[in-house]
Amino acid sequence: MTDQAYNFAYLDEQTKRMIRRAILKGLAVPGYQVPFASREMPMPYGWGTGGVQVSAATLTPDDTLKVIDQGADDTTNAVSIRKFFERTAGVATTDETDKASVIQTRHRIPEMPLREDQILVYQVPIPEPLRFLEPRETETRKMHSLEEYGLMHVKLYEDVSQHGQIATSYAYPVRVSGRYVMDPSPIPKFDNPKLEMDAIQLFGAGREQRIYAVPPWTQVVSLDFEDYPFEASKADHACDLCGAGDSYLDEVITDDSGNRMFVCSDTDYCRSRRDDGHTGRLAGDAT
Amino acid sequence: MYVAVKGGERAIENAHGWLAEERRGDTDVAELTVPQIREQLKLAVNRVMAEGSLYDPDLAALAIKQSRGDLIEAIFLIRAYRTTLPRFGASVPVETGKMACDRRISATFKDAPGGQVLGPTFDYTHRLLDFKLAAEEDVPSAAEAEARTAATPHITSFLQGEDIIQREPVSDDAPGDLTREPLSFPAGRDVRLQSLARGDEGFVLGVAYSTQRGYARNHAFVGELRIGRVAVEMEVPELGFAIDIGEIELTECETVNQFKGSKTEPPQFTRGYGLIFGQSERKAIAMALVDRALRWEELGEDNVGAVAQDEEFVLSHADNIQATGFLEHIKLPHYVDFQSELELVRKLRREATGKMQEAAE
Repeated sequence: MTDQAYNFAYLDEQTKRMIRRAILKGLAVPGYQVPFASREMPMPYGWGTGGVQVSAATLTPDDTLKVIDQGADDTTNAVSIRKFFERTAGVATTDETDKASVIQTRHRIPEMPLREDQILVYQVPIPEPLRFLEPRETETRKMHSLEEYGLMHVKLYEDVSQHGQIATSYAYPVRVSGRYVMDPSPIPKFDNPKLEMDAIQLFGAGREQRIYAVPPWTQVVSLDFEDYPFEASKADHACDLCGAGDSYLDEVITDDSGNRMFVCSDTDYCRSRRDDGHTGRLAGDAT
Repeated sequence: MYVAVKGGERAIENAHGWLAEERRGDTDVAELTVPQIREQLKLAVNRVMAEGSLYDPDLAALAIKQSRGDLIEAIFLIRAYRTTLPRFGASVPVETGKMACDRRISATFKDAPGGQVLGPTFDYTHRLLDFKLAAEEDVPSAAEAEARTAATPHITSFLQGEDIIQREPVSDDAPGDLTREPLSFPAGRDVRLQSLARGDEGFVLGVAYSTQRGYARNHAFVGELRIGRVAVEMEVPELGFAIDIGEIELTECETVNQFKGSKTEPPQFTRGYGLIFGQSERKAIAMALVDRALRWEELGEDNVGAVAQDEEFVLSHADNIQATGFLEHIKLPHYVDFQSELELVRKLRREATGKMQEAAE
């Protein structure tokens, strides 16, 4: 049921138009951060206001929405955002990646490859990949326009010289379509190879007032060096529930003596595998 | 043993129920009404209106009640509501020279037309707890005087007559609006003032204080501080002239700052400006100090690298709704990122301890 006091998907049509323009510009210039007049949403900055605005401008009444946080549909903030759209847009929602036409995510890309008719909306805390190297927006915008990314390579090089490897494990910087260096949002670097996909990817940063995008089939390269190539890593285990060896895993502490189990972070992927009869080490014990 | 974490939805509902109960507190104590908050916690209401950027004492009082007295939470409620309101147009600029002043003081002239009017101020109260208030006694009525009907001229207008204070550049451009356009730098004084007016009182106070302690020091005199009501007028196209649509209470502060001159400007006094909804003197004075410090470039002063001179720093961090949202978001789950860090640190440690052992052997 929709709250009648608000427009479809909460935002007024003018605001949605403004956001759609920013989205289109973002798609036209892949990886470029488009400034937009982010609105104050009825949820806190830093909790997905950018993603929510992008989703609101993207959703149509026929869409089916899935919302995940840390790969799971049932984490509290994902529940809260899903409820927000159930209430203000009245759209159908689902937990199943396959059935969703719009997926809003925080920190993960679903394991199942997405399709052409799907849109993945990321919540972004700090859209600027150079921010922690240069805190000033006035400077970083200049660096992007001059394609001046030396600082980022120096940072990665310093990692190698200090630690023998690139010590960035999430929000790993990528170069989009050979032009803009982009922050893929704080997804684990395990997810980086999936950034080249069939679906549209939209990134919304509400507090920082930026939208950017990666169109389908766009080249997305994780920054690295020839002799220190990028490596997507995950815990060296299989899922203890579904046995998957190819999914990103959460580590869960199971008792006082520090025993651990590893489970898929993508809860829908794990569930669908178990439904298909796959089992992991502890499948019998779990409920 | 392992139960997949489910039930987020029910947990949220239950948390909301508990919150509502806690907000009400002990039901043996009478419930606080919105008019009580509006009338008796007026300065809190003023702050919520100022930083919420919405002049509506009843809504601000409701927000304070709903937020259990957490003013930043109340400001957030007002901001989120404000975004949904349609905009009918803009008023003509309010004429603070015509303000019906409840309070008007100048630290630069002993007396001036309009006089020094203390008004309802804490300034000279001794900060002793008044235990009589706990007994809810009736308040004796305060002394009254004839209201001044003539306009009260601004103190700076006398300095301007002597041409000894910097003249403000005149412009008919529509001022920017950072709630409608993304903030970009340099922001311009209009947007700076808007940002400071709705910025966090504590933040603006801290930055202003830093200028007094020597970080871009620019000794400020409170040329004038006035609090009172002004008429809000709006031009209605069908009528062709401005009509009164109501009045609002404002606090205005103009500082007069020493200025020895620079490469581009002769010695003269300069100004800082603060204008805030309601009675909010601390905020208005602080705003004026920060405004003045941010004008270094326009006045040809040196940038000494102080925080108060740094427009991008001040404007990017003044908003408490942005700040608190981002600060508090770190309590959201970060399992995924933490997991990847965990694996990285384990790997780095393995390699580091391996090397140390090799070195020891």
